Amino acid sequence: MTKEMDMMEQFQQYVDGENKVEPKHWMPEAYRKTLIRQISQHAHSEVVGMLPEANWITRAPSLRRKVALLAKVQDEAGHGLYLYSAAETLAADRKDMIDDLLSGKAKYSSIFNYPTPTWADIGAIGWLVDGAAIANQVMLCRTSYGPYARAMVKICKEESFHQRQGYEIMMTLAKGSPEQKKMAQDALNRWWWPSLMMFGPTDEHSPNSAQSMKWKIKRKSNDELREEFIDKTVPQAEYLNLTIPDKDLKWNEDRQSYDHGEIDWDEFYNVIKGRGKCNKQRMAARNKAHEEGAWVREAANAYAEKQEARKQKQKGAA
Amino acid sequence: MQKELLQYTLRLGDNALILGQRLGEWCGHGPVLEQDIALSNIALDQLGQARMLLQYAAEIKGGDYTEDKLAFHRDITEYHNLLLLELENGDWAKTIARQFLFDTFNYFQYSALLESKDDTIRAIAQKAIKEITYHAQWSAEWVIRLGDGTEESHKRMKDAINDLWEWTGEMFMADEIDTKMLEAGIGADLGNIKTLWDEKVAQILAMATLKLPTDDWAQTGGKQGEHTEYMGFLLAEMQHLPRMYPEAQW
Repeated sequence: MTKEMDMMEQFQQYVDGENKVEPKHWMPEAYRKTLIRQISQHAHSEVVGMLPEANWITRAPSLRRKVALLAKVQDEAGHGLYLYSAAETLAADRKDMIDDLLSGKAKYSSIFNYPTPTWADIGAIGWLVDGAAIANQVMLCRTSYGPYARAMVKICKEESFHQRQGYEIMMTLAKGSPEQKKMAQDALNRWWWPSLMMFGPTDEHSPNSAQSMKWKIKRKSNDELREEFIDKTVPQAEYLNLTIPDKDLKWNEDRQSYDHGEIDWDEFYNVIKGRGKCNKQRMAARNKAHEEGAWVREAANAYAEKQEARKQKQKGAA
Repeated sequence: MQKELLQYTLRLGDNALILGQRLGEWCGHGPVLEQDIALSNIALDQLGQARMLLQYAAEIKGGDYTEDKLAFHRDITEYHNLLLLELENGDWAKTIARQFLFDTFNYFQYSALLESKDDTIRAIAQKAIKEITYHAQWSAEWVIRLGDGTEESHKRMKDAINDLWEWTGEMFMADEIDTKMLEAGIGADLGNIKTLWDEKVAQILAMATLKLPTDDWAQTGGKQGEHTEYMGFLLAEMQHLPRMYPEAQW
């Protein structure tokens, strides 16, 4: 027991000294579990997050936009892969993680349970959802677990590109025809509040945050990140001549930051519970792809085994 | 000759666009993440080729034509892609079979276009051939893997090849435009390609433990603008937004 406590103390000192924890290092079991949960949720979010945008690939309104969107959604699949690999360095198994997603045991970012009925949603997701994700991920580039931090550095570069792409879609719409402008405003109205919810509950209602901060998995609180995001995004909306759907939003000279209206946390918890417009649809799509892909994965394995056996036989004969 | 060149360029461009559009449907729904990414890569290559070719077609056509006007504002009878490429994706085996049958053709076609006397087509072929070489290798590997995988994958692959077989003959049927382009040293020799394709397809199917279909009945019309029922839905989905707001920029 005392030995374990010594180890814990040493670990804390190591982390406090801004050192990176690597897969072979000793780490508290709770640290490992927290990271597996967080990284796998992050991976699941990338994979489920492909769906709301992928449904516009076939309908993108120009060839340039079609190519850019397809490349973006493909990047998200790539992010999912790095993140599953990062979780595997903690002795988690990709198959188990995916099973947990498909059974509903594991969570993914609730934002992807909102629908994308119009093309402007593709702009709004890039601008706001990727923007909020970047705020969180820039912080995670300095997270204490080495493989996670390094995956984040690569992901952040691509996400920044996605965000610019999304903003550029919004700009084209906002400066376009009256119908396009209306489409842009409507998308902002629908995505603004859910984007703010992406940072998670307020600090006083975020029970796991303190330990994560202590272990330097998290480096900033939910509310801090949310405010940074708002401060950065409001001028961008002004530049587009679009209105943020919050009548209480105003600059606070003392804090040098925006004050914002009350977030509807009932909505947040309802969507987490499965009551969003698309929760069922997203899970059904993931399950369908997995089930219909089962025979393909089996065939690929069977073929690889046959090839291996043939190689051994050849070796034996030689 | 400009008329034939335009038509020939549109055929190449439409093949790339319609296949890219179909493959794009898979994104987010593939059997495993790595293959979702691989198929998206192929879709991106096809769409990239489509853009170059449609930009060239727009240039030949002149006036206010653009790649997007050609992609989003032509109706079904003005499209000139092979029928094979507009068929629905079906399961993974069918998508792979279509890819393999077309990639193999396309590989030999673009290899021939490397010698085209038309500077733009030759330049596009030089870029595209690297991509298509990879596509043809990837899809052939999958045909072998599925054919020689499990009992189920063998059956699915066999059914897919048999189902799609009647849609392959069109690739090799030269009409007046193909003939004129060949004579001008711009287009590929479809007769040569057929010989090379027969040989390659037979070789890969043998490796996949699959039988070569023998029925040589061919569905035709795509190149001339006579399409299947699937094509109208594909275009409706692809074109609806620019058609609803024809003046808008996106």
